[in-house]
Amino acid sequence: MPEITRDEVAHLADLARIDLSDAELDHLAPQLQVILESVASIQGLAGDDVPATSHPLPMTNVFREDVVTPSLTPEQALSGAPAVEEQRFSVPRILGDEQ
Amino acid sequence: MSELILKTAAELADSLAAGETTSVELTQVHLDRIAAVDGDVHAFLHIDAEGALSQAAASDARRANGDALHALDGVPIAVKDVLTTIGLPTTCGSKMLEGWVPPYDATVVKKIKDAGLPILGKTNMDEFAMGSSTEHSAYGPTKNPWKLDRIPGGSGGGSAAAVAAFEAPLALGTDTGGSIRQPGAVTGTVGVKPTYGSVSRYGLVALANSLDQVGPVTRTVLDSALLHELIGGHDPLDSTSTTTPVTGLVDAARAGATGDLKGVKVGVIKELAGEGWAPDVMRKFNESVDILTKLGADVVEVSTPSFQHAMAAYYLILPAECSSNLAKFDAMRYGLRVTPDGDPSAEDVMKASRDAGFGDEVKRRIILGTYALSSGYYDAYYGQAQKIRTLIIEDFKKAFEQVDVLVSPTSPSTAFPLGAKLDDPLAMYMQDLATIPANLAGTPGISIPAGVSDVDGLPVGVQLLAPVLEDARLYRVGAALEGAIGPVLSIDKLEVAR
Repeated sequence: MPEITRDEVAHLADLARIDLSDAELDHLAPQLQVILESVASIQGLAGDDVPATSHPLPMTNVFREDVVTPSLTPEQALSGAPAVEEQRFSVPRILGDEQ
Repeated sequence: MSELILKTAAELADSLAAGETTSVELTQVHLDRIAAVDGDVHAFLHIDAEGALSQAAASDARRANGDALHALDGVPIAVKDVLTTIGLPTTCGSKMLEGWVPPYDATVVKKIKDAGLPILGKTNMDEFAMGSSTEHSAYGPTKNPWKLDRIPGGSGGGSAAAVAAFEAPLALGTDTGGSIRQPGAVTGTVGVKPTYGSVSRYGLVALANSLDQVGPVTRTVLDSALLHELIGGHDPLDSTSTTTPVTGLVDAARAGATGDLKGVKVGVIKELAGEGWAPDVMRKFNESVDILTKLGADVVEVSTPSFQHAMAAYYLILPAECSSNLAKFDAMRYGLRVTPDGDPSAEDVMKASRDAGFGDEVKRRIILGTYALSSGYYDAYYGQAQKIRTLIIEDFKKAFEQVDVLVSPTSPSTAFPLGAKLDDPLAMYMQDLATIPANLAGTPGISIPAGVSDVDGLPVGVQLLAPVLEDARLYRVGAALEGAIGPVLSIDKLEVAR
C-alpha cells in the first residue's frame, strides 16, 4: 500500500505554497492516506500498449490573426488587485534574505 | 406566491409573446419568491434585484418596440457563482475571492445577457466546484427544498435548489464530474452536461480544464434544450471550443415529447449497479427502463468494464489539473492577500493567503494533485490515470456501436443528510460514480427525474448518455421518458413554504 506520511503532506503543502498549521496536518494527512489507497487501485492496470489521453477530444493548437482587439483598460485590469502603485500591481519583496 | 413561478421557461416565454405578462412582472415574482424562501434554502450567494429588473424593463421595451427577440428574451435566470459577471461578485464559494467583482463577462453570461434573460443572482456552490453536497461552500451550505436537512447535491447545489424551489425557472451550472447532473437527480430537476467543448468555457473559473463543461439546469427537458441552444456554439475566446453548430436540440425535445421511441436502441450499463447502489434508487431506475421498453425502445445490457476504474482515474486527473489551475490564486493580482507579521516575502504572503483563503476540500485536492504530479509518482498515478481514460473512451465507443444511448441511475442514493459525509471524503466522492465517465470521455449526459423513492419520498434521477456531439439524442429520449414518467417535482411536495 502506498503511504503518504504527515511529513510528506507538509512537504507537498510547502511545494503548493499552503502554510498548513499542525492541526490541519493532523486532520488532512490521514484523510489523504485513505484517498490515496483508493486511487492507487489503478496502478499497473493498463499496459505499455495503451496510449495516454490528456484531453477528451482530438484538438490542434488554435491561432488567430495578429490584429489588435479590444482589451481591459489598466483600471479594469487592476480593479481586483490587493495593492496598486503607479498603475502596477504592488507585491511584497520577492527575494529572500540570503539573496 | 404568484402562480407564475410554477410555469416552465417555455410557458413563460409563450406568456410573454402573447402579451399576458411582462418580463418586469416575471422577474419581480421570482425576486419575491427568493425573498420569501431563500433564507431557508440559501441557494443564492448574491441577489441582483436592481440589475435584473433593469434588464427586464429593457426586454419589455424591446418587445413593445417590435424588435426581433430570442425565444427566452425576458425569462429570468440564475447563474452559478463560478461564471464571471461584470459588476456582480464572483466568489466560486471561496473566501479567496470574497468581494471580487470581475471586469469581464463569461461568454455564456454575455450570451444570456444579449438574448435578454434578466440575471436574478449568483448561486451557491462547493468551493471552486469541489464537492457533491454544496457543504464545502465557504458561505454555508444550500439546503434541499424537498427536505431542508438534506443536501441539494454539488457542486451546483445552489442552481439546482433555486430551480427546484421555484426561485428561478432556469439556471446555469457547470459539470466537471457530475456537478450539474447529481444535483439535478437529488432535487428532482433536469440537468445537462453538454459535449465537451460545445459550450464556451471562457469566464468559467476553471477547476479541471480537460473535464469542465457549462450546461443548463431546468425543470423540464424542453427548457434545457432551449437554454442549451442559446449558450452553445463556437467561441474564439475558448481554444477548446468546437466549431460544430449546436442546433436541433429543441426539435429533438419536441420530437421526443410525442413518446415514440421505436427503433431507438438503449443500453443499460452493467457496471453501474450492484454494491453501493441503494435498492430504492435501483427500483425507480428499473421502472424507467421498463418505461423505455414500453415506449418502443430496444433495451439491452451493455458492459463497459473500465468504468469500475473511472473514479480512481478521475481523482488523480482532477487533483492534478486543479493543483496547477489554482496556482493562480497567489495573492498578487486579485483575491485575498494575508500579510504575516514582520517583513514577509511574496512567498510567505502566498502561503499565508492560500492557507487562509482555501477550505479543507480544496487543500486536500491540491495536495493530492501535487503528489500525483511529483517525479517518482507521475507514471504510477497520473500517467496510469490517463491510460484508464483511454480505456474508458474506447469502452464508450464500443458501447455506442451497439446502442444509441446509454442509461444508468444518476446518483447511487437519494439526498443524504447534511453533515453525513463531510468528514469522509471518499464516501462523498462515491456520489459521482455514474457521472464521472462522461467527463473523462467528453460525452454528453442528462439527468431527468425518475420519480420519488419508496423509502424516503425524495427524488431519484435517471441518467442518459450519448456519443460526442450527439446531444440531440439525450433530448429526444429524455423528453419521451419525462412525458411517460409525468411530473415529479411539484411545489406541494417541498418542505420549503408554498
